[in-house]
Amino acid sequence: MLRNTRTSYGTVAIVLHWTIALLFFAQIALGFLTQAVADRPRLQFDLYQWHKSFGFLILALALVRLAWSLSSIRPLPLPGVPRWETTAARTVHRLILALTIAVPMAGWMIASTSPLMIPSFVFDLVVVPDLPFTRSDAIEAFWSRTHALLAYGSGLLALAHAGAAIHHHLLRKDTTLARMFGAHTVR
Amino acid sequence: MRVMFFAISLLMLLPVMPARADTLSALRGRYVVDPSSHIAFSVAQIGGGGIQGVFPRFSGTFDLQPGDMAKSRVTFSLQPESVATGEPRVEKFLRSSAVFDVEAYPTITFRSTAIRQEGSDHAVIQGVLTARGIAHRETFEATLVKRQGQTITFHVVGDLMRSPYGMDVGTPIYSNVVRFDMMLNGRRR
Repeated sequence: MLRNTRTSYGTVAIVLHWTIALLFFAQIALGFLTQAVADRPRLQFDLYQWHKSFGFLILALALVRLAWSLSSIRPLPLPGVPRWETTAARTVHRLILALTIAVPMAGWMIASTSPLMIPSFVFDLVVVPDLPFTRSDAIEAFWSRTHALLAYGSGLLALAHAGAAIHHHLLRKDTTLARMFGAHTVR
Repeated sequence: MRVMFFAISLLMLLPVMPARADTLSALRGRYVVDPSSHIAFSVAQIGGGGIQGVFPRFSGTFDLQPGDMAKSRVTFSLQPESVATGEPRVEKFLRSSAVFDVEAYPTITFRSTAIRQEGSDHAVIQGVLTARGIAHRETFEATLVKRQGQTITFHVVGDLMRSPYGMDVGTPIYSNVVRFDMMLNGRRR
């Protein structure tokens, strides 16, 4: 089933969720690495280009996911889950989805405001133009800090989200996590 | 960052084979590349634009034998540490191990191996360029643009591939081709 139902997530939502989750965490690690290899400029340059390429890929996938999410119904909350937990979960879901768009956008702002004007040649396939903003070292530095802050913050949020899912699976033994692998709600 | 580049070289010469004997003799001899010369390079980048820069520190000589160009000789060397692009982070990257590695290889040299005159004021200079410890054959085109007293000026251009010298970082975002555009003022000794 491609689309969500009231008791299950559809294949599209599931594939987008896990693909972006995997790319996003790998991307955070890659972003950290770009700063850790400052003493190896050639490697650093190459890592930056990979980071930019995956960033644009994540942005594209996250926009597709947003559109898909807005046009889909959601599975109903599991029976017995307190209302505040459902509200908290929904809030975190929305925040994480927003951040998977905001973090790459902030990265795009770095490229767009850097005086270095290094082209974004995504996977050496297509040039993504810079956004039309003023360039300066100070503005670039502001976006670099913002990008890192948002990225590490969203990483922590995603870990909390994953922790909650695992809590449901191991301690409450319900189908919260299993639903994200295709299972239907079990009452 | 960016990019790259490098390199080298130079020059040459050739004698305007002029119709008058005194012109010939004016070019004959040993010339030293004057500091007033201008060594510019550029590397194109995808989507337009690119990196432009100059090498302010260099030295060189040309020994001209107008009657027999094959016996003329050109040598040139430059200090990549002096590279200037107007963007400090780009310059730092160019000096680093990613490109010139100026600490290990402080000079880039060119030594002509064959000079062929083409026309009255034009010559093709073949030679060996050594950068990052790697020697590779390169070709430059020189055109005599001015002769005044003891000074002669050549416009020298050449397109070099940077990958043979282990400087291919940044390709294909930045072109593998480095274009040199030099105005070399030679002062007769």
